[in-house]
Amino acid sequence: MPTRIQKQARQDTMLLNMGPSHPAMHGTIRVMLELDGERILNSEVEVGYLHRGFEKTCEYRTYFNLLPYTDRLNYVSPLICNVGYVMTVEKMLGIKVPERAQYIRVLMSELSRISDHLTCLAAMAMESGAFTVFLYNMKAREFLWDVIEQTTGARMTTSYIRIGGVRADLHSGFDTALKKAVEETRLVLKDIHGLLDKNKIFLNRTRDIGVMSQEDAISFGWTGPCLRSTGVSYDVRKAHPYLVYDRLNWEVPLGERGDNFDRYMVRMKEMEQSLRIIEQAAVRLPKSSRAFITEGLAPARAIKESRRQRVRRDIALSPNLEGSEGVRYPDILASDMGLVIPPKEETYTTIEGLIDHFKFFMSGHGLRPPKGEAYFAVEGGNGELGFYIVSD
Amino acid sequence: MEEKTILELLREQFPAGLKETSALLGDEVAVIDKEALLQIAAFLKNGPGEFTMLLDLTCVDYPGDESRFEMVYHLFSLTRNRRLRIKARLSEGDLRIASLTSLWKNANWLEREVYDLFGVHFDGHPDLRRLLMYDGFEGHPLRKDYPLRREQPLIPLKE
Repeated sequence: MPTRIQKQARQDTMLLNMGPSHPAMHGTIRVMLELDGERILNSEVEVGYLHRGFEKTCEYRTYFNLLPYTDRLNYVSPLICNVGYVMTVEKMLGIKVPERAQYIRVLMSELSRISDHLTCLAAMAMESGAFTVFLYNMKAREFLWDVIEQTTGARMTTSYIRIGGVRADLHSGFDTALKKAVEETRLVLKDIHGLLDKNKIFLNRTRDIGVMSQEDAISFGWTGPCLRSTGVSYDVRKAHPYLVYDRLNWEVPLGERGDNFDRYMVRMKEMEQSLRIIEQAAVRLPKSSRAFITEGLAPARAIKESRRQRVRRDIALSPNLEGSEGVRYPDILASDMGLVIPPKEETYTTIEGLIDHFKFFMSGHGLRPPKGEAYFAVEGGNGELGFYIVSD
Repeated sequence: MEEKTILELLREQFPAGLKETSALLGDEVAVIDKEALLQIAAFLKNGPGEFTMLLDLTCVDYPGDESRFEMVYHLFSLTRNRRLRIKARLSEGDLRIASLTSLWKNANWLEREVYDLFGVHFDGHPDLRRLLMYDGFEGHPLRKDYPLRREQPLIPLKE
């Protein structure tokens, strides 16, 4: 069956098929192009190759089960996807999240946003012939991902943000690691500005190329840096402040012409703003009320002891991902019973904890939000990231 | 209270088309009659609400209900910084609703997606084809009665 572009093709033009697997394509997407020399006259896009049926999977999973899937919605900024999904569920359940957890979420979101923008600009620069910028951006991204990895345990598929809070408290060397990452990223951003801003080749390939008017951008439902590059000031973090964004000082950078160069510039400036947010949030982050337990019962001994009597002493767990100590939970996780995972040491040593754990994880149990529906959006790396969840 | 005004305005303007309004969990919702969709959407876009953006357009399948499918539209007003959700029920026997492509350009692909995954037909859509699945795909994968594990490979799998 001839496709639309084949039917509409003019006499003296050339049709070119690009993708779905092409070295220059980012992701599996097929574009059919109608060309007049180097000018693209018409195009048709086929996007289904990478669709994984996320919504269909959701129908068969519990609310908690689903969290790892949200990592994969955008693997460069998985934490923002986590935040978006989790906050939608929290909206339905009416959970209040401790302040420290909110700050941690902001920190993680902004780290993800910077790595997202860095990746985007790396690819953009590489495509316009600036391979050095690609390598520099990847370098900066590694510094950020190091911080993320030390706290969440994974570079990309983190599943760190949990319903009610976050999975584990920040690791002990977080401040130093963050400071280093911020410094290194600043240096890289400065380098990129120097390499690209007045670069004739880069300007020729981006200035006034791919211009989008404000009306079209709005009509196409653009959000995020792309919409802001046309001069529309809409950022979900400012328009509908969530978490603690309204308590921090930062600006929304805007473009003027809506061309490729403006989109580059908006992303560059946004990264600077994100660094600002990170620095403020790291200072204002409420201190954890309890120190990590270094000397306590070993988990195996605690389990043994719990067979005879209730364990009264502290149990030493790995401070972050193994189980995150229960004593630190009040700072990072909501206290609603049944809505958050009970601390591991309670699961193993008390019957209440075990029942709680069972009710949370076993099939047929788990979270049951009240009947209804909710829409909640966060500002993702590429724009408004909204989740619409219907509970019956 | 701006949000009240928009729902009240809708109630005044379209007493027949508007079935129900609510503000569950802070989300403004208007349930409308599907025949009135295009009128109401045009009023919301060009009228005092200035809902210039269509954020999302999707469908929900409620198997067993009398009107099985529910179209859901999320609108956003840049000037008033308000979101609004519009819902319209469709019965399985008459899966047709007006297309919004004349009002918002992104409705084109979103409606193709809903057509592809739910099988809803959009009257007035310029190019209603499947968006994600390929030509010749049987059924509509996001309907609740489509089995999760059903496979329809384009090229037959080896035994």
